Amino acid sequence: MCLGVPGKVLEIQENALGMTMGKVDFGGITKDVCLAYLPETRPGDYVIVHVGFAISKVSEQEAAETFEILRQMGELAELEEPRPDGPEAGAAGTPADPGRGGRERA
Amino acid sequence: MRFVDEYRGEADAQAYVRLIRRAVTRPWILMEICGGQTHTFIRSGVDRMLPEAITLVHGPGCPVCVTPLELIDRAIAIAGRPGTILTSFGDMLRVPGSATDLLGVKARGGDVRMVYSPLDAVKLAQKHPEREVVFFAVGFETTAPANAMAVWQAAKLGLPNFSILCSHVLVPPAMEAILGSPANRVQGFLAAGHVCAVMGWMEYEPIAERYRVPIVVTGFEPVDLLQGVYLAVRALEEGRVGVENQYARAVTREGNVAAQRLMREVFEPCDRAWRGIGVIPRSGFRLRPAYAAFDAEKRFDVGAITAQESPLCIAGQVLQGLKKPHECAAFGVQCKPEHPLGAPMVSSEGACAAYYHYARSA
Amino acid sequence: MSDEPPPGLAGLQCPIPLSEYPHVTLAHGGGGRLTHALIERMFLAAFRNPALEPLHDGAVLDLPKGRIAITTDSYVVSPLFFPGGDIGSLAVHGTVNDLAMCGARPLALTAGYVIEEGLAMEDLWRIVHSMAGAAREAGVDIVTGDTKVVDRGKGDGVFINTTGIGFVPEGIHIAPSRARPGDRVLLSGRIAEHGIAIMSVREGLEFGTTLRSDSAALHGLVGGLLHAVGARVHVLRDPTRGGVASATNEIAASAKVGIRLDEAAIPVAEQVRGACEILGLDPLYVANEGKCLAIVAPEAADQALEVLRAHPLGRDAAIVGEVVEDHPGRVFMKSRVGGLRVVDMLSGEQLPRIC
Repeated sequence: MCLGVPGKVLEIQENALGMTMGKVDFGGITKDVCLAYLPETRPGDYVIVHVGFAISKVSEQEAAETFEILRQMGELAELEEPRPDGPEAGAAGTPADPGRGGRERA
Repeated sequence: MRFVDEYRGEADAQAYVRLIRRAVTRPWILMEICGGQTHTFIRSGVDRMLPEAITLVHGPGCPVCVTPLELIDRAIAIAGRPGTILTSFGDMLRVPGSATDLLGVKARGGDVRMVYSPLDAVKLAQKHPEREVVFFAVGFETTAPANAMAVWQAAKLGLPNFSILCSHVLVPPAMEAILGSPANRVQGFLAAGHVCAVMGWMEYEPIAERYRVPIVVTGFEPVDLLQGVYLAVRALEEGRVGVENQYARAVTREGNVAAQRLMREVFEPCDRAWRGIGVIPRSGFRLRPAYAAFDAEKRFDVGAITAQESPLCIAGQVLQGLKKPHECAAFGVQCKPEHPLGAPMVSSEGACAAYYHYARSA
Repeated sequence: MSDEPPPGLAGLQCPIPLSEYPHVTLAHGGGGRLTHALIERMFLAAFRNPALEPLHDGAVLDLPKGRIAITTDSYVVSPLFFPGGDIGSLAVHGTVNDLAMCGARPLALTAGYVIEEGLAMEDLWRIVHSMAGAAREAGVDIVTGDTKVVDRGKGDGVFINTTGIGFVPEGIHIAPSRARPGDRVLLSGRIAEHGIAIMSVREGLEFGTTLRSDSAALHGLVGGLLHAVGARVHVLRDPTRGGVASATNEIAASAKVGIRLDEAAIPVAEQVRGACEILGLDPLYVANEGKCLAIVAPEAADQALEVLRAHPLGRDAAIVGEVVEDHPGRVFMKSRVGGLRVVDMLSGEQLPRIC
């Protein structure tokens, strides 16, 4: 129920009915998208688009933080690969709590 | 493509698989709500990368699959009327009704057109004032803002020839129906990321508390799903319940307030029948009285519809996660995408179709 | 429906006086004076060649000795004009390609038209002119043809059928059943461009793009490959309707072998990916009209790749998989994240989705 694709807002204008529309770029193709539900959108923002409507703004900061965590996890996973000569060391209690892929906001 | 490719990396996916393997100490049963998530799991082969201890059951998050047979038959009847253009998302065109499907109606001369957005249907109504334009408004909460805007626009324009056939369904009541069923085996959920982008995750907090389950709001790319599974498994292993947000780049706790506002203006909750499951109270949307003029069900009298499901189809059990597609006796035999018995075999989001296309072995 | 006249057409007048006949009428297909005028002034003028000149019931050709390949195809694409081509150029490329996939050098084409009453004469002229250009570029003549006109509403503007004959040189034996475990699967370039270009101009789905159909005649590309690698090319196939997925499935079934593809190796243009993402389409199932799959013996794979890449139509060629003994008749793909999925045959048409 949710083909939502992130795209970059190139330009913003109002259509004949006074609805805010954006020209959004998806890997080089563009589509006109209704921005009425994200009134704060600026050109350069990335938005999630579903059936021609922007439903959510992509937070670059959250994405970056998730990635940082992903990277740490990747390194951790590499470090903690089981050695061929014995059982794995230190399974639980990994530092830096990499489990929080995102976090609840207060 | 930015914010897409980064979540399809092999190294990152493998890293999560290793972490999941390490975290799991006993069997767990997880359900991903959304058909789009099912699609990614199976198409990317990620479901097979998970350790055997984790069982994934596919939930009813396919609005196409759960649209009641009567409504499909009604859409088919409307499409067959002269002077009517029936517009629809692509997914609905091949879903079987009692006797035929919308593509079948098109083959016999009905004007059935695929659109990308409900606003395209409104444009069509403006372009063809002499025709009746009906939009088959299917979807979960993700699509409701778009459908609401289409109706609101049509009202603003005073379009006399536009209406919608409404088949909106809501996730939280469905989750409660699943969790409340005595046959339920699901222990943790991956909630639908884009539904939550619109609605936020506040509605899931009481569900998590009441039924004592972890619910992880999850995205749709392979790494999102693996991260979601990892968070769910960790919560289960640690005995934690509550809502976590894996899809933080697109989802906030409150969701999209502007979208919710227009949805509430145009729609109101109602009881809805889910194909294969039955009526779930307050699990759907219908148009509010102020917008009743745009209700195609009221506008078109297509006579009595008696819907007939195939007795062989166990779609309801599949949609509730009680059976997997290949456990159905008709799977791949009487029921294939070319001649489906039920919606989950046709809709690209349906669990049966996903299994058939991506996971069936020789 | 008609956009800007394509380059090369500007300045060239439609030979049928548009003021008299702006649209094709039933009389143009009646066999009388108007039919004759249409054939002489439009078709013969555009396709001009010695075999066609007599305008007899059929053309008589002097053919080389050896194996003759023959193929036929009907073209029903809508819209008639799309970025990168039209039904006319498609009709030439498609049939020349079918011959090429048999290992044949094209010798001659036929062209049969079923025109819907009311088609703009200007549109017919553009299509015929485009066919003539495509045929000239491909070095093949259209030697005979047929024209019918049907009642308004009984056709989609125009349907075109082309039959092609070609010559298969000695020693070339291309057949889907020849695929063997160990063979490598090569693709001549980026996929899904034709289907997506068509979609970009379809009502209800339009989007802004610079993508054009990849419609092209491949016999030069294939000829070079066969010249270099010869009998070690086992299978050639152009993945048209149903895309790479359907083509590989057909080969796997025919040869009773398995095929393993590597998603990361399959070349896809960024814009095609973007379009597939928003419409919910899988590029593996989208039509191509200027690409070919080549299944070659393993020891010839690298050389085959080099030869393909040296040709303008093969710049993005890649080795995308291999033929295996396992799962005969089935195609599997290693996904970008390292998982395994089945690549199934298409059931019906792939439809854009919202989920």
